[in-house]
Amino acid sequence: MESDAFNRELMYSGHVGCPGCGAAIAMRFLLKALGEKIIMVLPACCWSVIAGPYPQSTLKIPVIHSAFETGGAVATGVRAALDIKGDSETTVVTWAGDGGTFDIGFQALSGAVERNEDFIYVCYDNEAYMNTGIQRSSSTPYGAWTTTTPGREWKKMRKKNIVEALVAHRIPYAATANIAFPEDMILKVRKAKSTKGSRFLHIFASCPTGWRIPSEMSVKIARMAVQTNIFPLYEVENGLKYTINYRPKEFPVREYFKLQGRFRHLTDHDLEQIQSMVNEDWELLLRKAAERA
Amino acid sequence: MMRVIEGSHAVAEAVRLAKVQVISAYPITPQTHIVEILSEYCASGAMNAKFLRVESEHSALAALIGAQSTGTRTFTATSSQGLALMHELLHWTSGARLPIVMAEVNRALAPGWNIWTDQTDSLAQRDTGWIQLYCEDGQEVLDTTLQAYRLAESVNLPVMVVLDAFFLSHTYEPVDVPEQADVDRFLPPFEPKFQLDTSAPCSFSPLVTPAFYMEMRHEIAAAMDEALSCYPEIEDEFAGIFHRRYGAVEAIHCEDAQIIFVTSGTVTSTCRLVLRDLRARGEKAGLLKIKLFRPTPVELIRNALKSAEKVAVIDRNFSFGSGGIFAQEVRAALCNTSGHPPVFGYVAGIGGRDITGELLEEIYWKTKDSDVPAAESIWMGLQKVDHGK
Repeated sequence: MESDAFNRELMYSGHVGCPGCGAAIAMRFLLKALGEKIIMVLPACCWSVIAGPYPQSTLKIPVIHSAFETGGAVATGVRAALDIKGDSETTVVTWAGDGGTFDIGFQALSGAVERNEDFIYVCYDNEAYMNTGIQRSSSTPYGAWTTTTPGREWKKMRKKNIVEALVAHRIPYAATANIAFPEDMILKVRKAKSTKGSRFLHIFASCPTGWRIPSEMSVKIARMAVQTNIFPLYEVENGLKYTINYRPKEFPVREYFKLQGRFRHLTDHDLEQIQSMVNEDWELLLRKAAERA
Repeated sequence: MMRVIEGSHAVAEAVRLAKVQVISAYPITPQTHIVEILSEYCASGAMNAKFLRVESEHSALAALIGAQSTGTRTFTATSSQGLALMHELLHWTSGARLPIVMAEVNRALAPGWNIWTDQTDSLAQRDTGWIQLYCEDGQEVLDTTLQAYRLAESVNLPVMVVLDAFFLSHTYEPVDVPEQADVDRFLPPFEPKFQLDTSAPCSFSPLVTPAFYMEMRHEIAAAMDEALSCYPEIEDEFAGIFHRRYGAVEAIHCEDAQIIFVTSGTVTSTCRLVLRDLRARGEKAGLLKIKLFRPTPVELIRNALKSAEKVAVIDRNFSFGSGGIFAQEVRAALCNTSGHPPVFGYVAGIGGRDITGELLEEIYWKTKDSDVPAAESIWMGLQKVDHGK
């Protein structure tokens, strides 16, 4: 890997994210890998605040903040304008949270990638509406407490598999990444940058505030999500070719869950059930990778 | 060149002549003829523009917000439910100071499903910071669309060119389609005042605290006021090249009129004929057509109506719990003037029902025969409804 990516900084110091914010780490790596020839579309998410209030900004790139559900559509328009002006060098990137991607922005995202718009859509996933105060999204995992799934009403539904939903659109490139695996993330961002058409990156970005973990545990917890197979690192080309990028040690999920306040209420029985769900998902992924590699 | 074309096609010809660079639209009856022609122009190379076939009206406007912010001239068209779906982004467009131009074909809102003309869709968006221009015929639609780009780009506010469903959008009329060279003199290429640029990175529409938000809103208000003063200048330039002028309002026989009709859209044409007949019979009738709505041309409305004995406003729209929207606006314009005439608010033609000459004449006599309005809103032509009880 070239060293310039790690030396380049396109984020000023002084962002206003919480201590240990995984989304801030994810943005920093993304910009290191992409460079400055980009235009960023930033629909409502934690980063609408993290970037800082007017007249300040922590980002050294052109940014258009946009309405919550418009990540796919605003990027479509920016790309069209660049194309008609003859600018094929600038990369258009949408940077959205899980709410703006899995839920309210899903229609515009699906529409954009069905049209195979030439842009990179990045979802940094902190598994709930963190900016508004930890409400459940369709990305919130089975078993999680949020402020809208309190007490015994903890979330009893699986997390939506957003990558497979995007893969079903047969887009040129879809991949998962994780703030605890920066080299892998930067390689994937570069690969996305050099691919034409719609590209989707799903970045796992821990949230100490919403997950009820100490801020210094942010990267460790994110790493454990990969090591337990809860969040496998893989990529899919053209909706067909699966590659698993990291063969984890397959730690039991219990260790990941026990460290987070949002899962404190879960019983041994619940954790066994979750373990079997994770195993099932992993085996499904292995089958796809083996059959289609 | 004189051509016989639909109102929808008049919009499309203007968009072609304006050299719009990015078009984004989602189909809805009765807007479809506008975007069908434009997609043909983009496909054939008659226009050097990108046509974005997005998956909703919300995304149609969102895409233009992106494209306009990247420094290109843009266009969309919609109607009714589509405009309602765009509502959030209508506010966004004006807040971001983007000179986007939209054709909005007035159609009734559901339920029940009704594709016919009714102004409630566009008038319900009157607080979104869009300039609205209501048109009467095909020529006015074409000319107004060209003017809309000049106006929008002068004050950095979006403009809605409004036309009645079917009565205007689908009616063939002779329209003078100007030469490209003449349009180029009137409307030069778009020069953005700001744009997304990798060589000069800026953040658009970020978080704004109470320390700055109020001033930003005040600047939008000032830009609206500026639109009111610069529209006549734009019309002067337009008339200098094309020899046509419409006015923010048009006042006909208002100087000596006892009763003045106030209209907008295609009903104005019907009212012109009624006015001619009434005048021929010695009736002192007048007509005020309102074209520019938001900014409201308050002074022009006051001047036109000040010497009338009574004012009869025709509203093909309704704000539930309040009244016809133009009637409200006319009352608001007059309320701080002394001795102003009573304003009769007539609701007619809702959901595409015909507003005939006979109906307008009935309104005239009703107004003449009453000292004061019988009600805040007088619904015309209502049938007896049998609820089957």
